[in-house]
Amino acid sequence: MTRKKRRLMVLLLAGLGLGTATALTLTAFQDNLVFFLSPSDVIAQRPPAERAFRLGGLVEAGSVERVTASDGRPSATFRVTDGPNTITVTYTGVLPDLFREGQGVVTLGRLQPDGSFRASEVLARHDETYMPPEVADALRRAGHWNPAQGAAPPAASWNTAPRQPDGRSGG
Amino acid sequence: MDGRLTAGTGATAARPNPGGRSLHRFANPGRFLRATGRLMPFLWAAALLVLGAGLVWGLVLSPADWQQGETVRIMYVHVPMAWLAMGGYTGLAALSVMSLVWRHPLADLTARELSPVGAAATALCLATGSLWGKPMWGTWWVWDARLTSVLVLFFLWLGHAALVRAFDDPERGARAGAILALVGIVNVPIVKFSVDWWNTLHQPASVARLDAPGMHVDILYPLLVCAIGFSLLFAAVVLARTRAAVMERRVRALQLARARREEGAPA
Repeated sequence: MTRKKRRLMVLLLAGLGLGTATALTLTAFQDNLVFFLSPSDVIAQRPPAERAFRLGGLVEAGSVERVTASDGRPSATFRVTDGPNTITVTYTGVLPDLFREGQGVVTLGRLQPDGSFRASEVLARHDETYMPPEVADALRRAGHWNPAQGAAPPAASWNTAPRQPDGRSGG
Repeated sequence: MDGRLTAGTGATAARPNPGGRSLHRFANPGRFLRATGRLMPFLWAAALLVLGAGLVWGLVLSPADWQQGETVRIMYVHVPMAWLAMGGYTGLAALSVMSLVWRHPLADLTARELSPVGAAATALCLATGSLWGKPMWGTWWVWDARLTSVLVLFFLWLGHAALVRAFDDPERGARAGAILALVGIVNVPIVKFSVDWWNTLHQPASVARLDAPGMHVDILYPLLVCAIGFSLLFAAVVLARTRAAVMERRVRALQLARARREEGAPA
């Protein structure tokens, strides 16, 4: 009995030590564990122009301009925002299917001397909401949500909404 | 009767542990075999029924997502696999505590049979995630905190499966594997909370949230049924493997006993 208790205590102590060590390590490497910087991070840290990094945020509503470059490749300029701060991004290449205004994106590139961001890669970052098209349409029609402006309204307001527009239960 | 028979022969098998405890050690696997023998048909039937219903509901009947379209159906496999990868690993850690503290032989065997199944679930989670990431995010793989920590989880599963089989003495293998599993448990909260603690490409949790699930019920319910179905299947596979392992040990013990008898006969 005592031997079992001792083994349990040793395990608990080892677990405590290991947990503390992991927590300290993760806190120490906090900055290296972020996949992307927000516009506010970029403005606060001012990464040097030669350093490539990832910039992430929402595509600002009304900011997307698509042009075709002289060599025929599609090119786009848009602003990435996290609310308080905004950075202009230019990108030449095919944008992912999910790219739209109000969508989260993560872009890889470098800061230019004029303060804009030249991206060599754009990834779409979708949020954690999943809703049928009918429900999204209903929210939009009722004026509760404009996807270009950002995240959907609180889930409790729509996640049991009927799918048929005439109010019959959607299941 | 059956259980006691092997209990006796099992004790005679070459196990370099203090005698006296041996009988007690193999008493439980006998009871385990009898209890699970009755349970298994029901478990398989429930797993196939629930999983079949969940997959038809999720892959055919449920609505598409407003922006992801039909691609969202990958979720009905991806999310249950992710939950099983993490939940299964938590189970592995619990078995390891039982193994290290109470020296429970059945916990050793179950842990040994659990890790390849857990590794398979984690591999499926990674593979489906990759197939989902390409059309949605625009990339098969990124080194963000969520994806990387799940890859570490996969290596922990593989490492455990390899380590417990790497020793001539199964008991030493079980001990080493249990320690590895318990060290690796720090990774489970990292997997779970990586999307909250750090910026990741992977989106935060939709179902396990403090407020309402960010998922319409027509998508949420089939997902939950799929998760229950896959969990039942996971349990059935692990139990079937463990039963086979117990029986394998019995056969080996019986063969050893017979070999001893034959060796001893001429003398």
